[in-house]
Amino acid sequence: MPAELYLNVAVGGVLTGLVYGLMALGLSVIFGVVRVVNFAHGEMMTIAMYIAVTLFTAFHLDPLVMLVPIAAVMFAFGYVLQTRLINPFITRPEYSQFLLLVAVAIIIVNLLLIAFGPDAQNVQTSYGYDSFQIGPLIIDATKLYAGLAAIVVAAALFGFFQYTRPGTAIRACADNYTGALVVGLDVKHLYALTFGLGAACVGAAGCMLLLIFDVTPAVGPAYTLLAFVIVITGGLGSMPGALIGGVLIGLTEAMAGLLFTPSAKSMFAFGILVLVLLFRPQGIMGKKTS
Amino acid sequence: MKRKSQSKTARVSRRTFTAGLSAAGLLAGTAPFNIVRAQGAALKVGVLLPRSGYQAGIGQDCQRGVDITAGILKDLGLPSLQIMNADTETNVDVARARAEKLIGEGAQLLVGAFDSGQSSAIAQVAEQKGIPYVINIAAAPPITEQGYKFVFRNFPTAGMILRDAFVDQKEVFASVGAAPKTAVFMHVNDTFGTAMKGGIGAVMPKFDMPYKIVETIAYDPAARDLSVEISKAKATGADALLMVSRLNDAILLTRELVKQRWTPMAILSMGPGWYEDQYLKTLNKLSDGPLSFAPWYDPNKKMSKQLDAALAKAHPGFNLNTNHVYTFEALLIAADAYKRAGSSDPKALADAVRTTNIKDNVSIGPGIQFDAKGQNDKILGGGIQNRGGKLITVAPKEAANGKPEWPLKPYDKRG
Repeated sequence: MPAELYLNVAVGGVLTGLVYGLMALGLSVIFGVVRVVNFAHGEMMTIAMYIAVTLFTAFHLDPLVMLVPIAAVMFAFGYVLQTRLINPFITRPEYSQFLLLVAVAIIIVNLLLIAFGPDAQNVQTSYGYDSFQIGPLIIDATKLYAGLAAIVVAAALFGFFQYTRPGTAIRACADNYTGALVVGLDVKHLYALTFGLGAACVGAAGCMLLLIFDVTPAVGPAYTLLAFVIVITGGLGSMPGALIGGVLIGLTEAMAGLLFTPSAKSMFAFGILVLVLLFRPQGIMGKKTS
Repeated sequence: MKRKSQSKTARVSRRTFTAGLSAAGLLAGTAPFNIVRAQGAALKVGVLLPRSGYQAGIGQDCQRGVDITAGILKDLGLPSLQIMNADTETNVDVARARAEKLIGEGAQLLVGAFDSGQSSAIAQVAEQKGIPYVINIAAAPPITEQGYKFVFRNFPTAGMILRDAFVDQKEVFASVGAAPKTAVFMHVNDTFGTAMKGGIGAVMPKFDMPYKIVETIAYDPAARDLSVEISKAKATGADALLMVSRLNDAILLTRELVKQRWTPMAILSMGPGWYEDQYLKTLNKLSDGPLSFAPWYDPNKKMSKQLDAALAKAHPGFNLNTNHVYTFEALLIAADAYKRAGSSDPKALADAVRTTNIKDNVSIGPGIQFDAKGQNDKILGGGIQNRGGKLITVAPKEAANGKPEWPLKPYDKRG
């Protein structure tokens, strides 16, 4: 096979992996601070995708333009979900949190099915079929835009946590829950803020993924699983780990499809997960806990 | 606002209780006889379709075929059907359970279920309970090889589909005076796709096709990204793509062809996906050109025009397709058999279905008849081409309403 084929496939895999990483970033942020595993993560992303589809269909608003407003809506959704529904479960056993979020996921899938039906939906942007040719390299324009947007959003989130007071407070909550309470931080509000940020991340990722993939109500669980694979590979709770995990999984899937058989792409992604669990259980960028 | 009290206690005396018990006994005793209804009452038909799950789109498309049936049956002077809908949820076990439930609720004949796995499960239930079952769409050959007495299929088997596909392809090549020399075979990696792969391997050598398959690429039917698959296919430099797809993957593959700037000489599909309305609507001009070789309908038949008009009225913007046609014909078979049987007795109904001889129908071929196995072995496949959002039948000649356009117009020159 010619070398440009490998190059084309690898670039496509990395760009898709960046968006996967952004999606998983939300899951990682929520778990890193609130210590709740969001089993409705992929389903929340499908909500954002459907909002983007609806806005595009009704007003021809480009999902990339609507990325910030949709992320804001998802932030509000996540904030309310945490304060009204999840907060009472924070101190309950993990299995009850698990069941709660699985129930939320099922409800979301079914509500979307009722509202939008089972058919796949997508947006037809003016650049939807564009590609850039640089010598033998053909880069899918939508993947490029989505990948770049994922880097920008991830950098903004990183900046928020590193350089703002609420971000610092959230990190304090994540490091020492009791200490945060002692110094008078409003932990419940900060948890809700974090969940909102995680939801905003997934909302932004949904807008980008919609440029690449169609949406159906049933795709949510697949994205939830993918996000889990990525964050466990990258390191649960680690922000850079989520992005690295996303790129690694995206690249692995693409190259496995090329070198072996496309229908076995997921097998290789899960193979990476098994290897990480065996030899580095904390994930590539995760911290070892005692 | 005060609510009036209605607290007068209802008393049940021993005499009332005994009378009630006797009435209930009488009702229970006669109930079984009510199942066999006299002609005049509508036949209760349980229609099992995947209305949710990943086949939901196709299940709902089949439902459009159900929606337009009643009016045509009335025009034909056939008895009416009382449709009892059930959702198989694209799941074999659910299909089996729903079939049992429908029979329990009084269904006198079953129709469905688009998918071979689900249809096999329903066939077992129908045979066990002795209720006639008319399969609308399912191609797996074993369903009608089990010696069932109550199972009938008005749809070609996988072998028949492949045979007709190769025959029609050769007819198209002869008609345009050109043919691909090489092809990449891409197929979904599900039961249908792998069965078709096996079938193509076995059947193709018998037809002396002008092209050879240079690469076979299997992919996940639920794949979200098929860029690697198209990169791989493009790298072979093959003339044509030979496809066995579903709907979503057909759309994804076309998008990738455009993005990766590759227009093969022809796309030859041997399954669903490429001719479906959602494909046409989603891709607009980019949907033009692929040739699909599939169970189809004869647009020149009188009833096809009638069905097309009914669909246009009930569901404007939808092209008549396999899903509508074969679901309609399954219900047509049910109504015709009910009329001839003169009763809803399951055995009489099954005997009437077995002796079906409908000449005035929609699908390609001489009409609807069943062999000893319950298979309509006279059905023929068709070759169709997408053009301007419409589907033109290009093969076989006797059912064609247009000539094929060849080769595929380059994607970057479609405006």
